Amino acid sequence: MILLGLDLLLVIVLLISAWFALTTADLLHGVVIFIAFGLLVALAWVRLQAPDVAMAEAAVGSGLTGALLLSSLSAMRRAQARAEASKKEGDVG
Amino acid sequence: MLPSATLYAIAGVALFGLGFYALVAYPHLLRKIMGMNIMGTGVFMSFVAIAYRGPEQTADPVPHALVITGIVVAVCATGLALALATQISTRTGITQLTPDEEK
Amino acid sequence: MAKPDRGDDVTLNRGRGLVLGLTVALVGGLSAALLTLPANTPRLAETALSRTPESEVLNPVTAVLLNFRGYDTLLEVAVLLLAIIAIWSMARQARVWIKLPDTPVLATFVRLVLPLMVIVGGYLLWLGADLPGGAFQGGAVLGGLGVLWVAAAVWLPPAWFRRLLRPALVIGLLAFLLVAVAVMFPGGLLLAYPPEQAKNLILLVESAAVISIGVTLTLLFIGGIPTRGDA
Repeated sequence: MILLGLDLLLVIVLLISAWFALTTADLLHGVVIFIAFGLLVALAWVRLQAPDVAMAEAAVGSGLTGALLLSSLSAMRRAQARAEASKKEGDVG
Repeated sequence: MLPSATLYAIAGVALFGLGFYALVAYPHLLRKIMGMNIMGTGVFMSFVAIAYRGPEQTADPVPHALVITGIVVAVCATGLALALATQISTRTGITQLTPDEEK
Repeated sequence: MAKPDRGDDVTLNRGRGLVLGLTVALVGGLSAALLTLPANTPRLAETALSRTPESEVLNPVTAVLLNFRGYDTLLEVAVLLLAIIAIWSMARQARVWIKLPDTPVLATFVRLVLPLMVIVGGYLLWLGADLPGGAFQGGAVLGGLGVLWVAAAVWLPPAWFRRLLRPALVIGLLAFLLVAVAVMFPGGLLLAYPPEQAKNLILLVESAAVISIGVTLTLLFIGGIPTRGDA
């Protein structure tokens, strides 16, 4: 019964962190919450007796996907800033 | 199904729904990609929950193998999607897909 | 433009009521389908668990991944290669391995952690035969190693190392295909390993796959054909 309560708690935290990862205004915060979400999912795999899946999730689903998202986010922000700067120059000239 | 397996299976469906909503409703490309990932995680969670057969028994290894394959394919798809999104933004400066934007 | 992404990107597209309705219907339908799933239907689990010893490995997940459902895994390794080909065919050359200022903390940390990660990756691969672990988990650790190496940029790889990248990328698929076809010759089927050789063949395929998976994940992070930033 206690274990089921803990499962329920984990599920609620999972859903809340997924929601915040997707809806937080600052995308950098969103990506960081997404990484935490991935680690919590790995915990859920352990609870479901899937240690193989938990290892793959912790390394790939959370760590590598997080690194990919972070590097893409910075590239996209740079591109957007560059585009806005050149737009401003065009308005002046 | 066992109560805890049912709980995780329904949570998987809810994650799928959250991801689907974010994928369609938000214009930013990175949010869409994150939504896609969370949709995938929801599918995996339902799969692994169905494979669960109680703490005493060994869980069904077939869905586990499929989910491991799925996680690695998902990261590949994410990498490809992010490379596409980065290309779009470096070439056009656009980071969001807004339907009513006239160019 | 210090905050290009904040604020404006949380605005939702039009028609979000429709999307919300669709999502609720989807979640409701899928939940109902899950809850009415017939209990105690015959499963593949019993077959997979009882025949795991035929693979000479104790971890049933490894037996399913590399032997019983080897076809899925073979195609997955091909998907990994395809993803890199797709990225390379569209992205310009990514300039990586730019020598950063040598900070002692980062350099020491990376010097300590990288060899350790090689050992952990190899150990996970070896462990995968009998306990949780395997080629994907080991490959993921090697991928993490690659990402750390690229991101920290403590050393530049020598030229011979970069020439090895492409062979390392395809070795997993090549070895898997060769084994898959080779077992046909004594009169068997594609991917049907003879039981007495199963463990050796699984380990052979996994060792090749672990290298390719690690390299693939690192190249996903680089996101283009790596070229030396200082060249």
